[in-house]
Amino acid sequence: MATMTTDKRKSGWAGVAAFVWVVLAVLGIQGLLGRLLQGHHLANYGSYVTWGLWVAAYIYFIGLSAGAFLLSSLIYVAGMKRFEKIGVLALFVSAITLVMALLSIWFDLGHMGRFYYIYIRPNFGSMMAWMVWLYTAYFLLVLTELWLALRPGLVRQAGEEGFKGKLARLLLFGKTSVTEQQLAAGKRWLKILGGIGVPLAISFHGGVGALFATVVARPYWHTPLYPILFLTGALASGGALLAAVVAFLWPKKDEEWASIVTGIGRIVLGILLFDLLLEWAEFSIAMWYSVGPEYELMMRVLFGEYWYVFWVFHILLGSLIPIYLFVRKGNNPIAVGVGGLLAAVTFMAVRLNIVVPALVEPQLRGLEWSYRDDRLLFEYLPSWFEWQVVFFVVALGIAIFYVGYRWLPIVRTSEEA
Amino acid sequence: MEWAISRRRLLSRVTSSALAFAISSAAGVMRLSAAETKTGFDPGEPPPPDADVLLRMQYELRKALQKPVDQRKWVMVIDLRKCVGCHACTIGCVVENKLPPGVVYRPVIEEEFGTYPNVGRRFIPRPCMQCQNPPCVPVCPVNATWKRPDGVIIIDYEKCIGCRYCITACPYNARTFDFGEYFTDGTPHRAPYEEAPSFEYGKKWYRKNEDSPIGNARKCHFCLHRVEKGQLPMCATTCIGRATYFGDANDPDSLVSELIAKPNVMRLKEELGTDPHVYYLT
Repeated sequence: MATMTTDKRKSGWAGVAAFVWVVLAVLGIQGLLGRLLQGHHLANYGSYVTWGLWVAAYIYFIGLSAGAFLLSSLIYVAGMKRFEKIGVLALFVSAITLVMALLSIWFDLGHMGRFYYIYIRPNFGSMMAWMVWLYTAYFLLVLTELWLALRPGLVRQAGEEGFKGKLARLLLFGKTSVTEQQLAAGKRWLKILGGIGVPLAISFHGGVGALFATVVARPYWHTPLYPILFLTGALASGGALLAAVVAFLWPKKDEEWASIVTGIGRIVLGILLFDLLLEWAEFSIAMWYSVGPEYELMMRVLFGEYWYVFWVFHILLGSLIPIYLFVRKGNNPIAVGVGGLLAAVTFMAVRLNIVVPALVEPQLRGLEWSYRDDRLLFEYLPSWFEWQVVFFVVALGIAIFYVGYRWLPIVRTSEEA
Repeated sequence: MEWAISRRRLLSRVTSSALAFAISSAAGVMRLSAAETKTGFDPGEPPPPDADVLLRMQYELRKALQKPVDQRKWVMVIDLRKCVGCHACTIGCVVENKLPPGVVYRPVIEEEFGTYPNVGRRFIPRPCMQCQNPPCVPVCPVNATWKRPDGVIIIDYEKCIGCRYCITACPYNARTFDFGEYFTDGTPHRAPYEEAPSFEYGKKWYRKNEDSPIGNARKCHFCLHRVEKGQLPMCATTCIGRATYFGDANDPDSLVSELIAKPNVMRLKEELGTDPHVYYLT
């Protein structure tokens, strides 16, 4: 009877999730078509506030990716065997969120067809070029690691009938048998790649922070703390996402599962607190004497028109409630999962508050009244169309995750780890 | 010798009709075209001392063009005391470069200050500063923007991917983005002038099918396409107060060289170390 109720509840949640996904996908495809057919016309960013929701989404997703990857690798490097099981899942989450990040920033380009120029004519003096080259290397590394980690599972799956077998054979490039020697070599390579991956993920995500921090013209960004803040933010949001994924989607809700989830919760709690400490430094130093170029911008973040982005989404929903759950309900994996989900989702508010406020102040006073045009405003609120494009990216990410979760030996390989 | 026109003479010129200015500008251009066909950029005879300051600047510009490009240093000087805030430079620039909505190369910043009855207004035209140390150039991930040997910062529209990093990096908000929009969209039909090509960087640019310069960062380039044909930048010619001066700072005898040595000269945000090539007289 109890099992039936649990099953019913499960299928109820699955129905809700499926409905939400369909809504996201339909709205998202409409947004995608708008972007492909009408370019940037429907977007609300302009020539002055020139980066908006998509750039914020980009740094958000790429932070999730780097965070999930770093957390899993660091755990592995630190020899925390207890978490080894989530290694493949973390890699998978990392790869998907990276794809989501790249898609978000691709949609933001003025000339989407020219993205490859960054490979054929890079300017390595530019932080953006460094960032792209580093995350390309990271992407290849994550994909290779994922393939190596999944290979044993895929070999077993290749013998099965139907779609699962076909998919496994396709991903194995037809080589459905693997020797012990090859498996051992694969494991060795996994260690080597994991070792390379840690500094790579630190560099590229630190690089994303540096992309902003090196802009001398924007005092709000131009702080040496930014690359560090980006890393802690990545670890906090990526770790929180991982906690939620494991808490809700791990098939066997046994003691080991509880131990993994609560363990990640504790790590995320520590990083989240450290991130808040850095944020306090960032705000308090710049604002202490109520004067200076950053002061007014930060006042706008804290008490301006969009104050709730900071106080409601970031502080209340993204920090205080998760911290409460991690501290007071730290032994309850579902509570930790809820805390993780909240912290991960609302981290988008932090990313928006990084990108937009730096751009809403005219570089020269009076510029805001000098030439009237809808694209020459020093204010910004994302348009519905911009959100729709983000919905597409999210729906696609969820779809890829579902395919992997359902038809690839992601969890099974993890369980066998 | 004082070449810059006096205030009194300026006022008398401002009161003369716009047509007279147009004719004098056109005459200058025609003279130039004739000279160009003969001897490339033969500066010809220097204009008399009491001639319109535009003629002197045009003569000096053509003199500078005889030198190799790396021996020229184009600078702009804007006399804020002469600027009346008419925005003719902004409009001249929009017309010359066929600028669409969202793109502006030379807005005029208007500021009101003081408390009644002691109040004032100030107008600050803001072209691209063509910085000696441009923060917008090194950020470009694909080398699509650079500083020419004559100091002008340009963009290769065919190479720009539209990431807009340079727009964020400019401390003067001097770069804008071409969204592919038209002023007369939403009206019964699009005005033909919006589809006319611009001649920036000496090429014909038709804005259609989301082709460049749509989707690119755009900026003031001191009307290089005009300058290299011996013509002054459009903003300098349309300035009814003759408040905008343009010329070669490497020529010690040029008007701009004289002006930037004056004690009342200043540049915007000098503390950033960008070393702008646009000077203001205050």
